Amino acid sequence: MATGSVEVVYRGIFQKNLAKNICRGVVFAARKEGKIGIAFGRYSDSPERNGIPAKQFAVVADTEEEMEEYLSRYEPENNDVTIVADDTLCKGLESWGWNGLQPINKLLKAGGTLLVTSTRSANSLIRDIHRKGAPYNLAIVKGPASFSGMWVYKDDHSDVRLLGALAKVAPHIVSLDSIVAAINEPKKNDLKAASAKQAYDLVASMEVDANQGNDAVPLKFELPGWTEMEECLVIRGRDVKQEVPGWEGGFVPGRNPTFRKFSTRTMRPVIDFDTCTKCGFCWLQCPDTSFDVAPDGYYDANMEACCGCGICEAVCPVEKCITMVNEEAFTDNQSQWQMWSKDKKGYAAWRSEKTSAQPARSHGFHHVGQYAEEIADEHR
Amino acid sequence: MSTVDAATRKKSDSDVAIVPRSETEELISGSEAIAHAVRLADVDVITAYPIRPYDTVMQYVSKMVADGALDCEFIVAESEHSQFEIVKHASAVGARVFVGSSGVGWFYAFEALAVTAGLRLPMVAMVGNRALDDPGAFGVEHNDALAVRDLGWMLSWVSTAQEALDTALIAYRVAEDPRVFLPCAISCDGAFLTHSQAMVKVPSQAMVDGFLPRYERGDKRLHPDNPITIAPQVNEDWLMEMRRQSDQAARRARDVLIEAYDDFNAKFGRGGEPFIERYMMEDAEVALVGMGTMAMPVKVAVRKMREQGKKVGFVRVRWFRPFPTPELQEALARVHAVGVIDRDFSFGSAFFSGVLANDLRAALYPARNRPKILSFIAGLGGREVSTNNVIEMTKTVFDAASGAGSDGQDSYWVGVRG
Repeated sequence: MATGSVEVVYRGIFQKNLAKNICRGVVFAARKEGKIGIAFGRYSDSPERNGIPAKQFAVVADTEEEMEEYLSRYEPENNDVTIVADDTLCKGLESWGWNGLQPINKLLKAGGTLLVTSTRSANSLIRDIHRKGAPYNLAIVKGPASFSGMWVYKDDHSDVRLLGALAKVAPHIVSLDSIVAAINEPKKNDLKAASAKQAYDLVASMEVDANQGNDAVPLKFELPGWTEMEECLVIRGRDVKQEVPGWEGGFVPGRNPTFRKFSTRTMRPVIDFDTCTKCGFCWLQCPDTSFDVAPDGYYDANMEACCGCGICEAVCPVEKCITMVNEEAFTDNQSQWQMWSKDKKGYAAWRSEKTSAQPARSHGFHHVGQYAEEIADEHR
Repeated sequence: MSTVDAATRKKSDSDVAIVPRSETEELISGSEAIAHAVRLADVDVITAYPIRPYDTVMQYVSKMVADGALDCEFIVAESEHSQFEIVKHASAVGARVFVGSSGVGWFYAFEALAVTAGLRLPMVAMVGNRALDDPGAFGVEHNDALAVRDLGWMLSWVSTAQEALDTALIAYRVAEDPRVFLPCAISCDGAFLTHSQAMVKVPSQAMVDGFLPRYERGDKRLHPDNPITIAPQVNEDWLMEMRRQSDQAARRARDVLIEAYDDFNAKFGRGGEPFIERYMMEDAEVALVGMGTMAMPVKVAVRKMREQGKKVGFVRVRWFRPFPTPELQEALARVHAVGVIDRDFSFGSAFFSGVLANDLRAALYPARNRPKILSFIAGLGGREVSTNNVIEMTKTVFDAASGAGSDGQDSYWVGVRG
């Protein structure tokens, strides 16, 4: 048995170096203890795409023979720790196409620790995280989703803070001393070492029960056998119209039923139908054809198709008609147009609540210069 | 700096005595290991065109160029066809070249691949093995590199990042040897090798300089001072003799490879046997045969079965061209049955087997002791081959060995949903 493995779930492309640095840190620290380690990316979808859920793994073992078991794998199961570098990923991820939605704690072993960087409370995260069916621990390293490690971004020590916290929650993989020793190579770095130690001291984990958390059944597909698959690489579209009662007269494009990528989304459009002029810019410009045309001519962003890019907000000519809101504010993918057409007053209250108290955006900026403002705020 | 100058600026150092071993250890991927070999070989002309997973090599190489660690012409072409044509021409004028691609990108360069071998140009390429589109898929299959198997390309499959670095250095030495002058592709399994980081010993420049002589094309170099014509139009009058020369070069490549491995082992203290790796073969009754990172789950499975007293071994084919016929005949002479695990397919071929299985059957047909040969198709599109998959395959091979199971006239698809 290998000593242990760590899964790092992050969002491409801006967190790619952060994830890589964490995994390299684990390997270098393990070497300080005479163990061997490898690090590799979850291969399939491209972490070069903005917002895409992606993974890195670090595996630590005592011998080369033990390590061999991990050398030609995509995803080791039963990881000791799953590090989540962006808390919007707590809703699950499905970046590799046909496998459905993978709960964030799926590859975590029973009794392992989910280590999340977040400014949210544990209870708020558990609301989003699917029930595991086995107890595990949740630990939070306080902070927003960081782009640390990207050369144009401030180094906020997210990598070493997570490594310090890792040493606390899984000392059998790497000790704090080894982490600090690895940080100080090839050049001594007291500041980073102090950050790691501080995270080690501050991180606390709580136990999550087997049945605690989001009870929704994760999106799953039946993978057909070779005798059942349609020949000639044909995938039939889904006639969404059949599935939406009350949509007669509207238009819903046929979508590939098994290819949904909405966990790429860190924010979603909230639409004010009362001010919408039906100009159609959002529908026209959406790169994922995620707007359905409602029977009355309004455009409804379909949350099973939307990747949360924010282009609709940018092209909408009506002020505050479309507002992108952090995914944290939502627990389902229901149709906003249907909510609105059933109860306009109730919808207005819902919309106002979502758009006024919206949390900071993750993985993306609202306007040019926002990053400079954030830096200035921190220095104030 | 012209490529001609670039090719002549290195000092001749093939006669240098053994240099003390001096290596650094770095945590790098298979792609980065290849990039280090390219840097250490002081390559003159590199062309790039992005396709996953090969593009990772191009990223690392371009970073080395930007950092000043490698002085070369780095050209991003507008397609793979031009990418391979440019280095083909550079190689003709005497420049050491590096190039690479994956999957259908490699196929887009196919005309250039064919003429490079025909012209006897020692191009060294990295193929990040990838499934052929369509459907679009990133994962590993070996059919991309295997497609050039009949053209004169030397083909190697490696299983670790260390082996990738070492093999790239050996590839330059063998390809550029005037007795050979053939192109060489080093195949690295997409994802499992190209995207996985392990500790790799990176040798010093002095060590590499002591192993790898400069590329000298001699009087075959295309240069105004050496007026020659290459690649003329010929027909039935000349072509067959030219093909026979290529055949002879491919035969000579065997001996040159053996020399190179001997020297590499002496100077670097690693490298192993040139053509195949034998794993627990001494007393094996049945054997598995495969290429690339397939070795990892197979070795784990072999160890598990050995613990239960089952005498199974594994032979990893490191060089597919030149095909290690004598080595395989010898290594498999004592086993009763062989299971060949192909990460490729050859639709409609003999027994509908994989490419490696077909070549192995041909190689063992004249052998005195002919084991039964079973073909397994596994791990296509990058699907993981599990230890249990290997154990199941081995049971089928043991059944065939006992005479109760397959007579080898069929192939098995492993891990496919029924």
